[in-house]
Amino acid sequence: MNLEALLASSLDGLMLGFLYGLMAMGLTLIFGVMKVINLAHGPVIMLGMFVLLVLQQGMGINPYLGLLAAMALGLVSGILIYFVALHRVINAPELTTLLATFAVNLMIIGLATVMFTTSSRSVDVNLGTLPLGPATLQGTRLAAVAVAVVVTVALYLFLYRSRIGKSIRAVANNRSAAELMGINSTWMLALSFGLGTMLAAVAGGLLSTLLSFTVLSGGVYETKSFVIVVLGGLGNPTGALIGGIVIGLLESVTTVYIPVSWVPVLEYVIFVLILLVAPAGLPEWFKNLRRSRS
Amino acid sequence: MFRLGRVKWLGVVATIVALALTACGGPAATSAPTTSPTKPPAVPTAAPVGAATTAPTTAPAATKKLVIGYTASQTGAQNVASAKQVEGLKLWAADVTKAGGIKTKDAIYMPELKSYDDESKTDRVQALYTKLISDDKVDLLISPYSSTLVKAAAVVSEQNGKLMITAGGADDLTMEAGFKNIYQVYTPASRYLTGVVDMLKKLDPSVKKVAIVNEKDSFSTTVAAALLPYAKAQGYDVVLNESYDSNSTDFVPFINKLTPLAPEAILGGGHFQDGTTFAKQMKERNVSAKYVALLVAPPEPTFIEIGDAAQGIIGPSQWEPLVKFSAESAKAAGLAWYGPSVQQFMDGYQAAYKSEPSYHSAGGYAAGMMLQKAIEDAGSADPEKMKAALDKVDMLSFYGRVKFSVDAKTHGKQEGHGMVYMQWQKDAAGKLMRQIVWPLEAKSADVQPRK
Repeated sequence: MNLEALLASSLDGLMLGFLYGLMAMGLTLIFGVMKVINLAHGPVIMLGMFVLLVLQQGMGINPYLGLLAAMALGLVSGILIYFVALHRVINAPELTTLLATFAVNLMIIGLATVMFTTSSRSVDVNLGTLPLGPATLQGTRLAAVAVAVVVTVALYLFLYRSRIGKSIRAVANNRSAAELMGINSTWMLALSFGLGTMLAAVAGGLLSTLLSFTVLSGGVYETKSFVIVVLGGLGNPTGALIGGIVIGLLESVTTVYIPVSWVPVLEYVIFVLILLVAPAGLPEWFKNLRRSRS
Repeated sequence: MFRLGRVKWLGVVATIVALALTACGGPAATSAPTTSPTKPPAVPTAAPVGAATTAPTTAPAATKKLVIGYTASQTGAQNVASAKQVEGLKLWAADVTKAGGIKTKDAIYMPELKSYDDESKTDRVQALYTKLISDDKVDLLISPYSSTLVKAAAVVSEQNGKLMITAGGADDLTMEAGFKNIYQVYTPASRYLTGVVDMLKKLDPSVKKVAIVNEKDSFSTTVAAALLPYAKAQGYDVVLNESYDSNSTDFVPFINKLTPLAPEAILGGGHFQDGTTFAKQMKERNVSAKYVALLVAPPEPTFIEIGDAAQGIIGPSQWEPLVKFSAESAKAAGLAWYGPSVQQFMDGYQAAYKSEPSYHSAGGYAAGMMLQKAIEDAGSADPEKMKAALDKVDMLSFYGRVKFSVDAKTHGKQEGHGMVYMQWQKDAAGKLMRQIVWPLEAKSADVQPRK
């Protein structure tokens, strides 16, 4: 009996995990490049949700096309946030940048609450279902995974194959040296922040095709992103993707055996344990373990 | 690829995230509540609904303003049902105003509504009811919608010795706290879903396994706490009994658990938003349970917006338009009849809001009507005299029977009112419509298993 539930839950968890990974990649990318802990991450996730909603309900635009608008808004708003809130304090202690993004967080949520209220919303999209043995795969979840994979691959190609991507990595590794090589670090930092928020907005948009949401929903996903980022290692996008999948699976599979309402407790226990045992994240911990054995 | 960050900041981050969430979900100190003395809706002159029923024979001495305070959840999780409740209350106020006020021997009382948006938040309710009492000096109170908010309002109201009618709160525990000034118009939560068990036992004995999945709030927990032993006592195998957080948006984990357990009936839910999402996701995942009964959401007319996912869903309801309480049925039951007929209420509501009333609307109207009845019976708006009058009430209206407990431990708890169970069914033309399926004496159609 539990095997059926286990299979169905695993598939759901895996699919949700990709979205979580995409969501957390934005947070870890920003930290990796500029050492900024972005507390405006959740509100940007929420903005992605509302872009799809407004475009669908106001203009009848297909939610998946709306994702392009969410990407554009995420990128532009990220660059804007960088220049307005972060540029002047980018070299200040981390607490300053953290508080700057916290202020942006409050502004976005305040504005969105005025515009949309805190009532629950949902994007109306149905792509049917695909029966797979005892499990039923939802079309919207499959589509979300497909988009998440495409965006992740595109991000990697951009960072590793394009000249701008290489510049971003150079700034991440050594900002002073990159500037000496003629790279405009200000624009690279702004673009990195924009890319991070773009990932958050896309993840938010995709989540809106699966679940209902409010203007406060971003907070839940932001907290989840922190857990994932810690699990995968701060500043490590691949780790974030792995961490996302681990958390997605954990959320789903454990519900087969324990009451659903216990899952958040389990997540935060893991959060604390990782901070205590493997503060650099699981990939680094495994690497160190291998090194110590060999 | 990137250098690892400094983990020492994570403690700070976690604290600030928690602060951010608190700030966003807190009492919204940044946004001042909107004060709006409520304007009554326009009611056509052809619909003399809810007119004062006991006109005095002599002219009243003076016209007095009767300020009735309440909070509405204009935003947040409870906004759908709350909006309906407020519409019902406003219709009552408009009807009374149109009829020339609440008439007593010594005075005519003209109701004036004063409300704020509580954003569906407990802390806002506490602050705003204090403001209504201390700053706005309201005479009487009506509760907000939902048991959790009602409980918060009841504490403030009781501490200040204000008379309050709870329109949208069914939780038994609130009414078992020994309050002296709170009166409940809803059937208590403990009786919300037990009727479905009775219905299944009588109408479909093939059902053996049931699952209970409910919201983890005060009201729904009370419903489930009463339902579980009752279902077991009736011989049902309860294969799952779990609850979910009030802000849940994903019910897939429950559906994955339910599928292999194959319950023939799923009972539970909580409020409008979670109930609607749960029903929608059950349809998307082809959950095969023959019967699904959810709290609060199905009786709302807007539940139909989820389309075919609504078909077959059963909902316990405090009131349904198809149940025809009348002066004749009151006479037959040996009860006093009071207020407008079902048709008058329906027509007045349709005319005022161009939409169908739900049981929340009827509850709002009934709450106002109880204040009116108390003033008329007491001959004044003095709270003590009104309380004495309410303690004696045992009447039938369009809303059904109303009788309050006078026991010290459960004072004000609703004793007379009963539930009906509606189901969304398709008619011959394939159009979804509400039918009453239980109790049998009130049914408009036979209960149908889900397809």
